[in-house]
Amino acid sequence: MSPILEIKNLNKNYGPTNILNDVNASIEDGEFLVLVGPSGCGKSTLLNCIAGLEPITSGTIRISGRDMTHVSPKDRDIAMVFQSYALYPTMSVAKNITFGMKVRGIEKAEQDVKLAEVAHLLQIETLLDRRPAQLSGGQRQRVAMGRALVRNPKLFLFDEPLSNLDAKLRVEMRTEIKKLHQNLGASMVYVTHDQIEAMTLATKIVVMKGGMVQQIGSPAEIYMRPANLFVADFMGSPAMNLIPARVNMNGKGASFTITRSAAPPLVLHDENIKSLPDNVVLGLRPEDIGDASLRKGRKLQISNCHVDVVEPAGADTYVLMTLGGVEVTARLQAETAAQRGANMEFTFNMAKASYFDANTGERLN
Amino acid sequence: MMEWMEKQMPKLVLAPSFAASLIFVYGFIGWTAWVSLTKSKLLPRYDIVGPIQYQRLFDSPRWDVALSNLFVFGFLFIVISMLLGLVLAILLDQKIRTEGVIRTIYLYPMALSLIVTGTAWKWILNPGLGFEAMVQSWGWDSFTFGWLVDPDMAIYTVVIAGVWQASGFVMALFLAGLRSVDQEIIKAAQVDGIPTWRIYSSIILPSMAAVFLSAFIVLAHLAIKSFDLVIALTGGGPGYATDLPATYMYTMAFARGDIGQAASSAMVMMMVVFAIVVPYLYSELRARND
Amino acid sequence: MTNSSITNPLREMMKRFVLRWLLYLLLCTFALYYMMPLFVMITTSLKNLEEIRTGSLMSLPREITLAAWSTAWSSACTGIQCEGLRPYFWNSVLLAVPAVLISTIIGAINGYVVAQWRFKLSNVLFALMLFGCFIPFQVVLLPMARVLGMTGLAGSISGLIFVHVIYGIGFTTLFFRNYYVTIPVELVKAAKVDGASFWRIFFSIFLPLSLPIIVVTVIWQFTQIWNDFLFGVSFSQAGTQPITVALNNIVNSTTGVKEYNVDMAAAIIAALPTLLVYIVAGKYFIRGLTAGSVKG
Repeated sequence: MSPILEIKNLNKNYGPTNILNDVNASIEDGEFLVLVGPSGCGKSTLLNCIAGLEPITSGTIRISGRDMTHVSPKDRDIAMVFQSYALYPTMSVAKNITFGMKVRGIEKAEQDVKLAEVAHLLQIETLLDRRPAQLSGGQRQRVAMGRALVRNPKLFLFDEPLSNLDAKLRVEMRTEIKKLHQNLGASMVYVTHDQIEAMTLATKIVVMKGGMVQQIGSPAEIYMRPANLFVADFMGSPAMNLIPARVNMNGKGASFTITRSAAPPLVLHDENIKSLPDNVVLGLRPEDIGDASLRKGRKLQISNCHVDVVEPAGADTYVLMTLGGVEVTARLQAETAAQRGANMEFTFNMAKASYFDANTGERLN
Repeated sequence: MMEWMEKQMPKLVLAPSFAASLIFVYGFIGWTAWVSLTKSKLLPRYDIVGPIQYQRLFDSPRWDVALSNLFVFGFLFIVISMLLGLVLAILLDQKIRTEGVIRTIYLYPMALSLIVTGTAWKWILNPGLGFEAMVQSWGWDSFTFGWLVDPDMAIYTVVIAGVWQASGFVMALFLAGLRSVDQEIIKAAQVDGIPTWRIYSSIILPSMAAVFLSAFIVLAHLAIKSFDLVIALTGGGPGYATDLPATYMYTMAFARGDIGQAASSAMVMMMVVFAIVVPYLYSELRARND
Repeated sequence: MTNSSITNPLREMMKRFVLRWLLYLLLCTFALYYMMPLFVMITTSLKNLEEIRTGSLMSLPREITLAAWSTAWSSACTGIQCEGLRPYFWNSVLLAVPAVLISTIIGAINGYVVAQWRFKLSNVLFALMLFGCFIPFQVVLLPMARVLGMTGLAGSISGLIFVHVIYGIGFTTLFFRNYYVTIPVELVKAAKVDGASFWRIFFSIFLPLSLPIIVVTVIWQFTQIWNDFLFGVSFSQAGTQPITVALNNIVNSTTGVKEYNVDMAAAIIAALPTLLVYIVAGKYFIRGLTAGSVKG
């Protein structure tokens, strides 16, 4: 079975500027692909290229096995939901949804059937006669999705559809989109700058920066084994701790020396390392640093550290320290006895550690 | 074929208008410029002889009068209209209950043809029967207001009529500009205890630079095109005392049959407008180019 | 901070009261200044010549007579002919209606292209077209006269319509472009994905949205074209002159006794259409005036 979407060596230039650089990605039928990255990384542009709304300079795009690189949007068998929903302001909800069918010359009777199906699925049956201006944000979102659903396309494209909603509504609609994906089994490509949305919705994530793909993988892969410093820092909240360390290779693997002011250096060990350069950046997520009095484990390494700030956050307590000259966050259980200014025993779970080259930022393990 | 047409449709649609612009604006300007360099009289000739028409133009006493009238009229018209418009706008900004009605009254002159305006003011300033006669009938026997027929003062009557026509528009522009100032800045100033007049002079007016510029451009443009008003009000007279480049050009073209002069005077008008409008358009389009 | 308002509230109130009345007084004075010519025109048109000669400029007519009006409409002399303003009124109508419609439609489509279908040179083309609004028309009078002569349109109303459309397109395009630019680009994208063509999108989506700007443009164009004199006097002849030219002829005719009341009546007749439009749809007119001028 060929992938439902296949992007090969896609380049896009706008005049002298290179906007997308050698992008390669593909998804199978039924997958949920999320393009995530900071503003200006090219994710929206890439989505528009997939839709055929923007031309590409070189490379190919295949949808459902067919080469769509030069095909116009209406023939690509796609549907798109926009950030601002882009509902036709002078048409009723019903007309908004059936406009595309009308343009394609589908029989009125069939239009009505499809409209009813979609309206029922999205629970917007009571809104059919209203104008977009009379709808709330969440309702407009659903109408926009209805317009997309009614096309029964091979690929659904979403361009930051939740960015215009308030926080609570965003979480609700996120779940609705996830349910829609599960119920329909449809293939979706979704753009967002919110890495939490990416993690919760995706079956596959493409992390982008400056027009280039940084990493492609499942949410778990991206989270636990980020491919470079950028991905490590961008995904996950709070961000992964990135601590500069000096490496010493000895008979039992590597030992990492992390400087501290007003205290002897912190030394951690990893037996599974065969070789590493002299200087690395050690990546540890906050949840991999714990309170030694509350957490036990043979594999955990313990060290005494000075606590700078304590931030209780309900279910967890975040503790900040300074290691290797950077601020390090530890996510502790709420019962911790950590005190500002005091020293405490912390556990470091080196089994989850990531190592990055100090110069290139690339992952080393 | 259909695909190609659909893709190129925007260009195909814009093309005719652009072509029309090319021919009827730029092409025609080119033609006029060409003719202004020839010895054309009643009929155009196309052999270029050089700037003799411009030399004749600037040697002509009538053109001198027209040009100096343009600057006098232009200056007074623009300055007085802007001042009056500003004062009215500030007055109207004071939350007047009948603002709509008053604004309608101030602005209606802009809806009139300049011929109508000229005709009305020609009557009002009529030496024997108009304003002068009225004041005299009030007992002030020695009052004279013969500006309309006085070669030295006639141009000022054009200013009076012009200001009456345009100041309402300037007021509308300025009022919109005054109101577009962020209300929160004004509230902050009020909380700070700054008196109202100071709020105007130090905060609001400086932020209206763009509106002042727009008003200036529109007024300058109106001044340079002032043809209708002069024709109706004074006919260019007495003699040619109220001639403006626009009336000079018209006379040369259609009454005197001196196309060379008409072309050169038109080109001079063109260049004056060019010098003012092009920088403005350039900055406007750059700003709007989002 | 001056606390005089706290120490002397009565004084503050009185000061504000006086200032307020001063404000209204000033505003009223200016209102009179603007109304005066209209008032004079109306009253003069209702007087007979005897009263005009002996009476005062701003006095109300002692005896109201409509004779001047009927003269102005049907028998005033505009040169050799003495048919009053009536035929010229219809000339202006025949000129203005098609010219307004055509220039508005073309402006709408152009504005749509420039705002939503930008291509490589579209902004440059737009700027070049826009520049045409700002030129002094003296500079195109001569060549246009020749072209009209060569195409047999000289002195005809169709010729005038042509001229007004050509030189009106710059403004109408500007109005529509500024309006359409505020419509989000994603709307066109969604329609493209839905399969709509360039024209489909225009008629089904943009046109229904355009009523406000259509009104503004029509009012602006009508006012400009009806009130025009320069093109009228340059490109028409005795039978096809628009009303502004006829008015000027009546007022400046050198034959016979000057009938000021007829002049005034004629001026009012010429001004009525645009004045009525202004009174009825004034706020759209103002929007049109400020449309291109004030940023944002």
